[in-house]
Amino acid sequence: MKAAIVGSGNIGTDLLYKLLRSQVLEPRWMVGIDPASEGLRRAADLGLEVSVDGAEWLLRQDELPDIVFEATSAAVHRANAPRYAEAGIRAIDLTPAAVGPYVVPPVNLGEHQDAPNINLITCGGQATIPMVHAVSRVVPVSYAEIVASVASVSAGPGTRANIDEFTRTTSRGIEAIGGADRGKAIIVLNPADPPMIMRDTIFCAIPEDTDPDPITDSIARMETDIRSYVPGFRLLREPQFDAGRVAIFVEVAGAGDFLPEYAGNLDIMTAAATKVGEEIARAAASESAVDRHVTA
Amino acid sequence: MQQRLSLRLTDTSLRDGSHHKRHQFTVDDVRSIVAALDGAGVPVIEVTHGDGLGGSSFNYGFSHTPEQELIKVAVETAQRARIAVLMLPGVGVKDDILVSQDNGASIVRIATHCTEADVSVQHFQLARERGLETVGFLMMAHSQPPEALAKQARIMADAGCQCVYVVDSAGALVLEQVSERVEALVAELGSDAQVGFHGHENLGLSVANSVAAARAGAVQIDGSVRGFGAGAGNTPLEAFVGVCDKLGFETGVDFFKIVDAAEDVVRPVMPEECLLDRMALMMGYAGVYSSFLKHAYTQAERYGVSGAQILVRAGERKLVGGQEDQLIDIALELSREKVR
Repeated sequence: MKAAIVGSGNIGTDLLYKLLRSQVLEPRWMVGIDPASEGLRRAADLGLEVSVDGAEWLLRQDELPDIVFEATSAAVHRANAPRYAEAGIRAIDLTPAAVGPYVVPPVNLGEHQDAPNINLITCGGQATIPMVHAVSRVVPVSYAEIVASVASVSAGPGTRANIDEFTRTTSRGIEAIGGADRGKAIIVLNPADPPMIMRDTIFCAIPEDTDPDPITDSIARMETDIRSYVPGFRLLREPQFDAGRVAIFVEVAGAGDFLPEYAGNLDIMTAAATKVGEEIARAAASESAVDRHVTA
Repeated sequence: MQQRLSLRLTDTSLRDGSHHKRHQFTVDDVRSIVAALDGAGVPVIEVTHGDGLGGSSFNYGFSHTPEQELIKVAVETAQRARIAVLMLPGVGVKDDILVSQDNGASIVRIATHCTEADVSVQHFQLARERGLETVGFLMMAHSQPPEALAKQARIMADAGCQCVYVVDSAGALVLEQVSERVEALVAELGSDAQVGFHGHENLGLSVANSVAAARAGAVQIDGSVRGFGAGAGNTPLEAFVGVCDKLGFETGVDFFKIVDAAEDVVRPVMPEECLLDRMALMMGYAGVYSSFLKHAYTQAERYGVSGAQILVRAGERKLVGGQEDQLIDIALELSREKVR
């Protein structure tokens, strides 16, 4: 499947390296708006077609991508989304625009594989919502709360200028995809040097008399599922059970593709985007295999 | 010759004291404390969950009474004093500011770690658009040199902050270290914004540090009556008022009335005195966020480890305000080390 990356910043460039390793996705174009972009230079060196005229240029080409990864900003994606749809291009949105349904791969990718536009919520959401789901698939979760601690240097200007968007979007994802009745998200930026690796704590309110073992098992299975596409994800400790509450501690180290290891918050977004893209490509390939079989 | 300085005092016992009270303030507590402080002439009273608007949570502790109800009661009770609220971007959101304003709060104080001022820009802009008075908090100010702090203050002032505070969240600053930071902010901000100081008692210096801040050009000073605050407590406001009287600094607060308020009204609401004990000293010495204190006690008891060691390790890990969850991780780490 032919893929394009729109946005040549940190996220877009890290995504480039992940897509280049994919067996089913073929990154052919990368576009941005900054002529001095390190990402565009690297993409050109790696044989992609690049442009500084953004999505405009991409959509003018004779050959169009099957799938586009948007790593710009919410406002830019809101403007671009209808044009991708019109051109029949599937969109995977790494911004908080939320034009399409929220997807966290190990929880609900299957439900939305055919959606023309898929949104990946937030980095904190990708790291924590699966764990809320791991609890809520065993017992009712009346309230879930996540605390994301990220290295200051890995929080870009977009996140900083609109930090409310992170807390609100993540909270909604905890409810809609995590399965908690009510969700709350907290983000803390830590400037320690050397930079800290991303850490997240997930608190879920559960019935007082709950047997902890099935929850602990479910959490461990979810860790395995996430590690299949984010190798740097791990549980730091055994889940901790206190009256009416379970606390889950995780760490997300990045794969170090373009961004440093501490930037697990960015890595988990590009890893999730790659995973979603690959599943879409595989589904499309098996459909066309069926089509060929039927016509034969 | 004595300097004739005029200072505006803010009492934060109903905000920083929320940590000491484990966020269990009732409507009656707020009514009695606000009435007493207002009667003594305290011009600004801060009322919010200890961790700011929206702080009620597993991570920081759930509020006994929703903070917006407490804010409403404070506004109804105060005859002269203005009611302020605190918010930390990343914990609270813009809507929380708007609800507080609807409930009568007229000053919003926006707090960030002292290297992260740019996350507050959208909140200052909103607050000014809505006609709120604004204050900015550069927390854990001991962790950055004066010049770095001044650059962060500039970001807040440009966003619409009218007074930037040097916030000694860990109670770790010592005298000249306060003056140097305040002077750097005054030099950077000029007439664009005022400068304030918020002290803690963890090294026993909060009153002296506040005097140093005032002499260096700070015109807004925080304290909590009876020290009712986080860590070893905040600058005891009644003591600072007495010191200001001696030094000829104008505060507009009646010393005898605020002393009575501290003893007769505020102390009975406190679960215990705020003490300069081993745990509090660890915070001042290791530079640890004061509101970690009660959480460190909780985790020390839960996991059978030393609370002082939890705090020292929090300092080593360079945790910042808001990372209370990591104290559980540290307690687990300590308990594992003990087993070995």
